[in-house]
Amino acid sequence: MSGLAVTWFILVAVLLTGYFLLDGFDLGIGVLYPFLGRGEQSKAVLRRAIGPVWDGNEVWLLTAGGALFAAFPAAYATSFSGFYLAIMLVLFGLIVRAVSLEFRAHDPKLRGVWDATFFVGSLLPALLFGVAIGNVVAGIPLNDNGDYTGTFFGLLTPFALCCGVLGLVHMLTQGASWAAVKAPREGADDLRDRAASLRRLLLVVELVVFLLVTCLFFVTVVPTSTVGLGVTALGVVFAVVYALGWVMAMLRKTSDPTDDIYAFIGVELSAVGLVGILAATMFPNLIVCSTDAALSITVANAASGDATLAAMAVIAGIGVPLVLIYHVISYRIFRGRLAKEDLTY
Amino acid sequence: MDALSDPVVLARIQFAATALYHFLFVPLSVGMGLIMAIYVTRANRPAARGDAHAQALARFWVRIFTTTFAVGVATGITMEFSFGTNWADYSRFVGNIFGAPLAAEALFAFFLESVFLGVLLFGRKKVSPRFYTVSSWLVWAGSCLSALWIIIANSWMQTPAGYEIEDGKAVLTDFFEAALNNSTLQHYAHTVFALLVMGSLVCLAIGAYYLLKDRDSRAGRSMLKTGVVAGVVTTVVLLGAAHAQAVEVAQYQPVKLAAMEGQYESGPMELSLFGWVNEEEQTKFSVGIPGGTSFLASFDFDTVYQGLNDFPADEQPTSVNTVFQSYHLMVALFGVICLVLLLGIIVLCGKLKDKKWPLRIMMFGWIAPIVAIESGWITAEYGRQPWIVTGLLKTQDAVSQSVDATQLLITLALFFVIYVLMYVAWLRIFLRTVKRGPEQFLPEVEAEMAASPQAGDSKPTDGMFTAEVSGQAHDAAVATGKEA
Ligand code: HDD
Ligand code: HEM
Ligand code: HEM
Repeated sequence: MSGLAVTWFILVAVLLTGYFLLDGFDLGIGVLYPFLGRGEQSKAVLRRAIGPVWDGNEVWLLTAGGALFAAFPAAYATSFSGFYLAIMLVLFGLIVRAVSLEFRAHDPKLRGVWDATFFVGSLLPALLFGVAIGNVVAGIPLNDNGDYTGTFFGLLTPFALCCGVLGLVHMLTQGASWAAVKAPREGADDLRDRAASLRRLLLVVELVVFLLVTCLFFVTVVPTSTVGLGVTALGVVFAVVYALGWVMAMLRKTSDPTDDIYAFIGVELSAVGLVGILAATMFPNLIVCSTDAALSITVANAASGDATLAAMAVIAGIGVPLVLIYHVISYRIFRGRLAKEDLTY
Repeated sequence: MDALSDPVVLARIQFAATALYHFLFVPLSVGMGLIMAIYVTRANRPAARGDAHAQALARFWVRIFTTTFAVGVATGITMEFSFGTNWADYSRFVGNIFGAPLAAEALFAFFLESVFLGVLLFGRKKVSPRFYTVSSWLVWAGSCLSALWIIIANSWMQTPAGYEIEDGKAVLTDFFEAALNNSTLQHYAHTVFALLVMGSLVCLAIGAYYLLKDRDSRAGRSMLKTGVVAGVVTTVVLLGAAHAQAVEVAQYQPVKLAAMEGQYESGPMELSLFGWVNEEEQTKFSVGIPGGTSFLASFDFDTVYQGLNDFPADEQPTSVNTVFQSYHLMVALFGVICLVLLLGIIVLCGKLKDKKWPLRIMMFGWIAPIVAIESGWITAEYGRQPWIVTGLLKTQDAVSQSVDATQLLITLALFFVIYVLMYVAWLRIFLRTVKRGPEQFLPEVEAEMAASPQAGDSKPTDGMFTAEVSGQAHDAAVATGKEA
């Protein structure tokens, strides 16, 4: 296991975190859209809250996917082909979602259709990412070529499904928090107040699901894990980060609009905690093989050659700072709560 | 029936269909992106800021561009992940080399495009006119950069370099050698200029449509002129790039060259104008210039190139006639493009003034480049078969073994349904926007210009848009001394 390979394990985790932090809130808003969007006004606020940024947020997924492909080709190949139908559902979701907002704005007759695709297109990825992660952790049957030998329904274990729900609920929490941050203080069908109350409710639900996933992990995964997954020191540290973020969000008042941004930051911090727990638990495994530990895909056996990893490090070294600058520019231009005249979409 | 149960065939159909579909929209994005940036720049020149027509024209192009761009994004996401989902063994084999350009594309290009696209869509009133102009160019530059990285990946598959084989995998030895392999630059120049030709002919077509309907002839004339000028420049460059590409193929991809000309025996290579290849009898009927291709590639009519029979049977393209026909279709369409542009020049010079037919023809001129672009890709990709990576890995050894025919059929059907519906939806909006023309933005622009600083608050207009005092409209009003 070369140092570069370990670095790339961390970098892929960082890219995934970036994705979770950013696309999480806009997928969440997509799922909450039919529920939080009571009237035309609040719907417009929700769309506009993510309008200028969702595409850039989604590019984090493309980057993480590309980085996984380049740094750990075997892991990329096994997971994407193994979870074939699930990934395809995610893709179909992302496809229809990508056109929904734009098409809705310019095709008045089909608004209802595009509202629906926006919802479904957000729900599928928000739910299925977690299911995939649950399987990677719990282990799937692989052959010696690294191919998944099970069926589609074999992926729907209780643990994996609960991981899916955890991911979904966390994104909903992010979405509600972001809606509270962006909604006008007044008007828009009380969107701000409703979103803030929902944030608190979702935080409670999330804690319950988190504890459920933790219990299932120790009861069903740890005893049978071929690679001996368990508690790691770093995992505990990230669990503390998760808890801190959760408490920080929970303690913020739902009645005080100036608190919204801090609550949002708390929720985002807890997202960092979640990815951190995952990475710390998995290292150095990337995909656990449930039938034979030796067939598991690990940092050591999946990593690309050092020349590739070094070239990629240079690319990331130039690219990531640029990306951060773009994001600062974008989020600065579109900062603050929305006003009536922003709602041109 | 057999084909439908063969995962390799189905995976190929799926890739070909999704890639060709993605590439219906990419040429529009890259090509129209340039046109859009030109119109945004014009509208934001200080002198034009009070010109409602120029503003409306710019908004028109931003609208057309952004709705099309969204489909490009939607279909691109599929492509990015298709290597892992459908071509797992390919990904394992080339991951060392192939993943890096994909990651670089996202980092360097997609972020640039998407972030500044957000500014184009929502930021007009939030940023200065200059920043807005720069954003439009950055979006376009991003789309050209994304083309670069993906072409790097693709051309490595055509002419691999900078690697060695270790444990049955291609391992990178030299990044620059791999990225700038023998065909990258030719591929890139040829593709990008083809896309720009496409954008120019779309601009030309819309202009011709307005002139034909005699609606807002100012916009019509402007687009006709922009389309012709951009079209002529890009077509001239395209010819050079196409030549370079053909020379590259002759030099480094002899099998493909032989298939493109349908030549079975070695000898000087003909330049066919049209013809038919009979693959069973290994004969070709064609009309063309003997030794013409030899001359183009080496400036000598007698240079001998290898024929298909010089290569083992299992290394020859499976469908020579497809490669031959698609190649010649592309070249013939180059001629069509030149004719359309010539017509445009004649009309611009004021000839054929009262005639409708030249405008009618120009209205459909864009069909030539898009068909040429698709058939160009078919030439490049079919001509490479049976290899997925020339000389290293065969397509049949590249598919995902864990994905069976049923799964492929299900997703193929779903892709079909979603893509057809998406096409219809996009077309509705595109045609609606074109029909309503730039003047659909005039009320909005005029309201913004009229709103004086004292009037303060926002003023609703036609329901979909809300006019308000904007820095930009205010500046414009001041600059031109226009009164409310
Ligand atoms: C407007 C579109 C267009 C037009 C008019 C042409 N091409 Fe083209 N051609 C393309 C659009 C295109 C393309 C879509 O951009 C391709 C597909 C793959 C690629 O790199 O470029 C391509 C591929 C392609 C290839 C295959 C390259 C390979 O497999 O590596 C050759 C040899 C040529 N072209 C040559 C020509 C010649 C000699 C042309 C006429 C004078 C010509 N093309 C006109
Ligand atoms: C968007 C433009 C592209 C088009 C229109 C296109 C077209 C095609 C077509 C028609 C095929 C099917 C060939 C066959 O089945 O015989 C194909 C195959 C393939 N192409 Fe391309 N291609 C494009 C770009 C790329 C790029 C950029 C890459 C790599 C980065 C690529 C990689 C492949 C792969 C992996 C296959 C599957 C194996 C095969 O059947 O050949 N293609 N492509
Ligand atoms: C099979 C290979 C290809 C893959 C994997 C691929 C991947 C992608 C992805 C993931 C996106 C969405 C980006 C976003 O979310 O912003 C996209 C869009 C885009 N792609 Fe492709 N692409 C392929 C072929 C090509 C080729 C050959 C070109 C150009 C020559 C190209 C040019 C673009 C452009 C300009 C966009 C921006 C959206 C648009 O303009 O329509 N792509 N592509």
